[in-house]
Amino acid sequence: MNWFICFLISLIAAPLLVGVINKIKALFAGRHGPRLLQLYYDIFKLLKKDRILSSTSTCIMELCPIINLGAVIVATALMPMAGYESPLGFNGDIILFFYLFALGRIATIFAALDTGSAFEGMGASREAQFSAIVEIIVFTIITFLALISAGGFSLDLLQQISISSTGVGLAITPLLLIALAFLIVLLCENCRVPFDDPETHLELTMIHEAMILDNAGPDLAIIHYAAALKLWAMSGFLVVLVLPSVIVNGFVTICCYLVGIILVGIIVGVIESILARARFLKVPQLLLSAFTIALIAILLLSIFKY
Amino acid sequence: MSNSFIEVKNATATKLADIPLLSYDAFKNALIDTTKDDARHILSLFAKQNPISAETQFNLYAVIGDKAKHSLLVTSTGIGYEYPSLSNDLSEVSWFEREIAEQYGIVPQGHPWLKPIRFHRSWHIGHDAWNRNENDSIDPCVTDYFTMDGEETHEVAVGPVHAGVIEPGHFRFQCMGEDVYHLEISLGYQHRGVEKLLMNGPSLASQHILETTAGDTSIAHTLNYTSIIEALAIEKATVDSSFATLKAVLLELERIANHVGDLGALAGDVAYLPTMSYCGRIRGEYLNMTAELAGNRFGRNILLPFGSRLGMTVPQAEKILAWAKTVKADLDNALELLFEEPSALDRFENTGIVPTEAAKGIGLTGSAGRASGIANDARCDYPLPALGDCYAKHEAISNPTGDVHSRALIRYKELEASHKLIFELLEKFIANGKALEAAPKYLTTLPQLDTDSMVIAVTEAWRGELIHVGITDENGKFARYKIVDPSFRNWFGLAYALRNEQISNFPICNKSFNLSYCGTDL
Repeated sequence: MNWFICFLISLIAAPLLVGVINKIKALFAGRHGPRLLQLYYDIFKLLKKDRILSSTSTCIMELCPIINLGAVIVATALMPMAGYESPLGFNGDIILFFYLFALGRIATIFAALDTGSAFEGMGASREAQFSAIVEIIVFTIITFLALISAGGFSLDLLQQISISSTGVGLAITPLLLIALAFLIVLLCENCRVPFDDPETHLELTMIHEAMILDNAGPDLAIIHYAAALKLWAMSGFLVVLVLPSVIVNGFVTICCYLVGIILVGIIVGVIESILARARFLKVPQLLLSAFTIALIAILLLSIFKY
Repeated sequence: MSNSFIEVKNATATKLADIPLLSYDAFKNALIDTTKDDARHILSLFAKQNPISAETQFNLYAVIGDKAKHSLLVTSTGIGYEYPSLSNDLSEVSWFEREIAEQYGIVPQGHPWLKPIRFHRSWHIGHDAWNRNENDSIDPCVTDYFTMDGEETHEVAVGPVHAGVIEPGHFRFQCMGEDVYHLEISLGYQHRGVEKLLMNGPSLASQHILETTAGDTSIAHTLNYTSIIEALAIEKATVDSSFATLKAVLLELERIANHVGDLGALAGDVAYLPTMSYCGRIRGEYLNMTAELAGNRFGRNILLPFGSRLGMTVPQAEKILAWAKTVKADLDNALELLFEEPSALDRFENTGIVPTEAAKGIGLTGSAGRASGIANDARCDYPLPALGDCYAKHEAISNPTGDVHSRALIRYKELEASHKLIFELLEKFIANGKALEAAPKYLTTLPQLDTDSMVIAVTEAWRGELIHVGITDENGKFARYKIVDPSFRNWFGLAYALRNEQISNFPICNKSFNLSYCGTDL
């Protein structure tokens, strides 16, 4: 029951997180910034519009936004939330969790290539290149979680994340390192600064935005919503990773969980405010540093046998 | 050399008959020899149609700046509808020759890449450098481009409809993955025929046409125009020396507002939000200071020949001085944030490099030129009489690295220098305690101009050397009014900066130059 409440909140509140990030960025820049609920208004506006499709595109372009949204919703449904296990969870679900995001991305890449535009081709190529490197980090993180999980080498999402309750105080340093590595993954996967700039109007520098230049109306609304939900889900993953999931009572835990997610949004907003975007040639270096951090966490874990 | 050129001062009239008329070979050799010296460079090359009685159909005029002597060297030669191109020996005149070919249908034979610049019909019906028929439509940017072949190469075409709210232009990138091999820039969408509109002038409309030739450079354009009228006027009115202060303050406010806007935009392009937001606001403050003096934010309708439409009172000067000092503190704060942020500097450094040698070959001017180590600054190189001795102590600020960081840094330092100058000028004006009366004598009428004369006016506009050349006919009307906006000489610099650069770095390279489309398209 509590899990369902969290899941529903996730579906409804996901666009709010983007609003929080934008508000923080506006605060740093000394502006009022867009309303917290701006993305909701945008999505509703777009849903009311007609769908416009380029005459050169095929059914791929039409299907892909839905595939992407479906993949992200299913991934979210696999997540344990606030320490409650997902009814869909099974052993190995963590691999499905990350590959559902990959499926969503492949759908977006195909749709981008389908338009035949030079900009979208460039965006797709960049997205594919960077996500290939991200995959290494994700698997290092999974390895770490599997090593630390209470019930031996397990790939069950809840199992691994429940390490917080058993592992706090023991594996706190490697756990924080893993959280840092995951934060970098989160920034890259969700196209935030320093990897991508969601605010930019410059097609030549875009990654994610370049791939959806040809999308309009309801399709664009779906893409925006799916992106917000993905950000929410990954922030949630980060929260359950660090927060001790000792269930005091349902209400308090859910509140902690939500506050944690908002906090992740605030951290992302602060990072975006104080950092300039990295040049593309530096992106693989940045990602490899995340990989190294995750690797060090594993080393620490095995050396000190927490 | 002494016989090949006539030496004139900035904004001083010369009789056309005094300008040497060389044979083509002597003309070419004189240009090549003279510009070998680093103190001299070509400011303008343009053609003018001769009266029917003359031996040749056209005269080709060249203007060279000689900063060692603080003067301008002028020479000319007679040509017909064909002449051997100069571009192979003097790469910096390549665009000038394309312009001449387009305007008059004169073919510079052997030009390495002869294409139209503005895509308009030749001024001489029946003569077209590309043998296009009168009935053929001429569409902007429909022309040949460099192409690359191969499996891995791809072409990215950007524009003319720009994603932002700036002007239309067309950019073709020849890429190999993320690397740009070549960028070709094609403009012309904003062509309004400014030079043609100014012929047979001056009229009361002339000044308004020039104020909007490049909307962000209104003051510099107007300053050049009024200087030309003042130099050509037969009856010279006496002018209050304080007008120099007003003009210099307006010119520097224009420079500051644009530099601030550009540094903010550069920060925005690398997603560094604080400086972007602050600079956006601060730029408005400087525009409002201009509005305090001119009545509008872009300095239009204020300067006039021998005076100005509005004067400046001491309280006004005090207000602007105090205002500028307050805003300067905010500006310093915003720019320190940017120039001390490693992740932003990492984006700027070693990006879009134009080495000094290449910059000379291209003929880069202004802050872009100074950022590539060419220490030219018309404010001290060719003092404009209208600005009096306001710039007596001014020195060109240059930096040799030629990257985006260098272009940003030059602007940062120039902001400092411009503020210092404004503060000094206003303090002196306030100490003097005398208000400057408006002198709107030539608001509704124009002075009679000298006949068969030429005046060259050079102002350091915020982008670089802005050159106007006015030539009068036997009736004292403009037979030719040539405008060289600094952007015209710098566009190729931007194309060059992109060579072997990542395509994703185009926006910051572009912003670091921030060139004018309409200033080039005229």
